[in-house]
Order: sequence, then structure tokens, then C-alpha cells
Amino acid sequence: MKQIILFDFPREESRHPIVNDLIKIYDLSVNILRASIDFNARGFLLAEIEGEEEVIEKAMEHAKKCNVITNYVESAILIDEEECVNCGACTAVCVVDALYLDEKATLQFDTDKCLDCKLCVTACPVRAIRDVL
Amino acid sequence: MGISKTYQEINERIKSGEAVVVTAEEIIKIVEEKGIKQATKEVDVVTTATFGPMCSSGAFLNFGHSDPAMRMEKIRLNNVEAYGGLAAVDTYIGATQESESEGYEYGGAHVIYDLIDGKDINLTAKAKGTDCYPRKEINTYINIETINEAYLYNPRNCYQNYAAAINTSNKRLFTYMGVLNPNSSVVTYSTSGQLSPLLNDPLYRTIGVGTRIFIGGTTGYVSWRGTQFKSGVTRDNNNLPKVPAGTLALIGDLKAMSTKYIKPAVFEKYGTSMYIGVGIPIPVLDEDIMRQLAIKDEEIMTSIFDYSVQEGPKPILGEVSYKELRSGKIRVNGKEVKTAPLSSLKKAREIAEELKTWIKSGEFLLQEPIETFPTDNTLNGLNSTKKGAK
Ligand code: SF4
Ligand code: SF4
Repeated sequence: MKQIILFDFPREESRHPIVNDLIKIYDLSVNILRASIDFNARGFLLAEIEGEEEVIEKAMEHAKKCNVITNYVESAILIDEEECVNCGACTAVCVVDALYLDEKATLQFDTDKCLDCKLCVTACPVRAIRDVL
Repeated sequence: MGISKTYQEINERIKSGEAVVVTAEEIIKIVEEKGIKQATKEVDVVTTATFGPMCSSGAFLNFGHSDPAMRMEKIRLNNVEAYGGLAAVDTYIGATQESESEGYEYGGAHVIYDLIDGKDINLTAKAKGTDCYPRKEINTYINIETINEAYLYNPRNCYQNYAAAINTSNKRLFTYMGVLNPNSSVVTYSTSGQLSPLLNDPLYRTIGVGTRIFIGGTTGYVSWRGTQFKSGVTRDNNNLPKVPAGTLALIGDLKAMSTKYIKPAVFEKYGTSMYIGVGIPIPVLDEDIMRQLAIKDEEIMTSIFDYSVQEGPKPILGEVSYKELRSGKIRVNGKEVKTAPLSSLKKAREIAEELKTWIKSGEFLLQEPIETFPTDNTLNGLNSTKKGAK
């Protein structure tokens, strides 16, 4: 299977050769789509990984052990649930209601409905929505 | 004879761990089931809360003196300007001040957040130098531990009701009410409604100067009426205003705050603002207070203002209840329009719960206002006039 994954590197881990591990240890094929690894800032790497599902899962567990945060990318945007304050400002611009607040006033995201228009990225006041693809 | 309780009685019950404390959402059901009288008898305190963006926010800081000493005039914190017109090493950092290098993506609100978060902040300052304060320049790092006083001071917060916003033009608008898509396709609003402090005490009977509150995760106080305090507006039969009315000036210790209850906000093509979590307890002194506390979203109305009109008063396109707004869809001039909030109801609920826990545990006592607010205050506008013109 092919899976797009966004790796987030906390500051101190920016230098971990994770791509190397994916290729050498897990024999996965890695197609880097975008990357930004700064010496000082938080780094990220967006890549399309190809291989068997279980192997990808194992590799992701390994990444987690190395303190690299992994996010499976299903649409053009990614919501950081830690940062999100559930205000609902993003739902104002989402014309297809892919973003909505449920009965507990918690933000829900329906990937199937999302049009990848990315209007919500700039509409989020706490910058909890990232434009990933 | 109606039921009446005093602050002292309620505080005694809090101290002995017997106080019955519920949130302003929970009280609605209690009153529905038991009636006003019984609810007044049984419940001692009702907690209200809000978590919304408030531009009129900031913090006073005292850096401590360097050696040789300096009377700081041009002050920057992480490249965000802080006010240099106070005493030597005092400053006020305003939430909406934008970074000179990053613009509104990093503003005063972010500096305040990073301070609470314990991060090191770059402080640069310039001065002309005086005989008693010879130093002319400094470039150093401070954090919440190294500075002396650090207190949040909000000249305005807790708006008692607020406008709902729509955009009837054919251009997308970027406002402090969020991104407003064109052609009346969305209405945004900002309130915690039935949980909102000043909607539960509309005539300021218990919320006044000195009221002890929850702010940013710690204890704080109402220090004054907020700026643009406009209590003298038309009110409905429940004493509720349908337009922005009362406001509160709030103070609290930044050193004890938590990043869980304060968040910097960025409104696209508008600027920086700050989300602040506030919780205010309301003592159930009598049945009149309970009647106000029992009010629900369907009884609280607001007005929909057209934000595409930039000059003159914004036209009002209709009135709507918060229950309708919360449903996600309303009708404006016969057309179905989606609605979206800006203030977090979820966070407000968390705060009301947290404050409830504090009061129940006996660690948070109620403070009777030292002075109450006027109910007939009006506002002045600002004319651009020539000197001496009457
Ligand atoms: S990208 Fe567009 S469609 Fe998708 S969630 Fe955001 S606003 Fe909605
Ligand atoms: S606008 Fe941002 S913070 Fe608010 S609900 Fe949407 S993702 Fe969460």
C-alpha cells in the first residue's frame, strides 16, 4: 500500500536519520514530497511511503520511539488536536461542512467531504490547521 | 417571604465543604425540575464561564534593574514593541501589538503565552541615558521566573452579549469576527450564551469591583468596569440586552496562569488577539438572582449586523436567539444561512467545571463587590474635529 505520512520532529530530534531507518531497516520505498528541517525550529517531512501495511505500521512505531511524531495524511489539511481550542471559527468557511462542531461542542472533521480548498487553514485563529499537501 | 442568603452564609458553607455548586448550564435543568424557589433553597453558587478572543488584553511586567541601571524607553520583547512610557523597568505588553519581523503571526499575545509557558524571551531596550540611569542599551533574555511582577490586565473582557456578523457584499471579508464568506453565506457569533457571566447577572448585582474570579487558570479579580461599558441599553423582560452592553476589566497573576486557558489568536488580514478563559461564580442570594441564572439560550437574543457596511452604523438584518445560532443554521431575510461560533463553548464548559471544583473543595471563597456598576451608562463616539471647534 501507499500512504502519505507527515513526520514532525521536535527540536532536539531534528537530526535523527528517520528516512534512512525506513529504507535500511524496513525496506520501504520513500518518496519525499516536502521537507523543512531547520537547525533551530521544529522540522517536518512529508513523504509517500510504499510497502506492506504491517511493515509501515512497525516502522511508524519505531519512529515514535525515536520521538518523531507521525501523522497519516488523508486530506490536504491536518488538524492538531492538542492545539485546537474547539472554537468553531474554521467551520465558518467550510462550505461543505467537512468541519463541524458535534453535540459536545467538539470539532469534527469529515475527510471524505473535504474539498482540499484550504480556506480553513487561514481561518483558524490558533493556527491549529496545517496545509500539508 | 422569599428566600435570602448572605455572602457570609454561603462562604461558611463553602468552608465546611457543604456548598452546593452547579454550572449555569446545570442550573437550567434543576430549575425546570424543581422550580425557582426550591432551586434557590438548594443551590448556593452557580459558575459561569467564557473562552473567547479579546483584543483588549495585555500584561504589566517589571523586569528588575540591571547594573548599571537603565530607564527603558524603546522596549521590544521577541521583537514585539512593549510600552516604554512607564517607570524605568515597568512595561505593558498589549496582546494586539505585532512583531516587527513576523507581523501579526507573532504578537503581544504570543509573548504573553510564551511567558506563561516558561520560555526565554528576548528583551531589547534603548534609552537616552540619565545621570541616575546611565545605561543606554540592553539585549538580554528574561522569563517568567526572572522577572518580578507579571500580571495580566484586561481593560475589557466578558462582553455582555455581542453582535452576530454577516457579510452581504460579494467580497470575502477578513474581520475580528472571523472570515466572513460573501453573499450572506455565514453568520458568526461570539459568546458562551447561557454560560456567559454577564448574561447570568445582567444588572450587575454580584459582579462588580472586587469580585473574585477564575482567570487563565488562576484566581483573579474584577478590577473595574470594562472599557466601552454601556449598561444603559434597551433590555428585554428578562433584563437582557440584545446588543453589546456591559464589560469587565480583569486582573490576575500571570505567574500562576496556565497555557491551557490562554491562547494567542490570529485573525487573518486583521491581526493578533488573545483567547482568555474566565470563570465567574454567582452566589444565589435570592430568587431574583435564580431567575436570571435559569435563563437559557432560546431566551437570549442578539442582533445580526452587516459587517460589509464600513461607514455609518452597521445595518441590523434581524434578531436571533443563541439556541438558533447554536443549531448551525438560521434564516436571514428568508434565506437559510449557516452559523459558526468564534468563542469555545467546550473550553467555557471546562472552566465552569474547574471553578466548581475549586469552590467545592473550599479553596475559593466568594467576594462581595466593593462597588457595583451603574446600570445607565452610555457611550461617546469620536468625532474628527478641528482644534477649538465646538
Ligand atoms: S480544506 Fe476546505 S473543504 Fe476541507 S475542511 Fe478545510 S475548508 Fe472544509
Ligand atoms: S478554528 Fe482552529 S481552534 Fe477553532 S475549532 Fe477550528 S481548528 Fe480548532
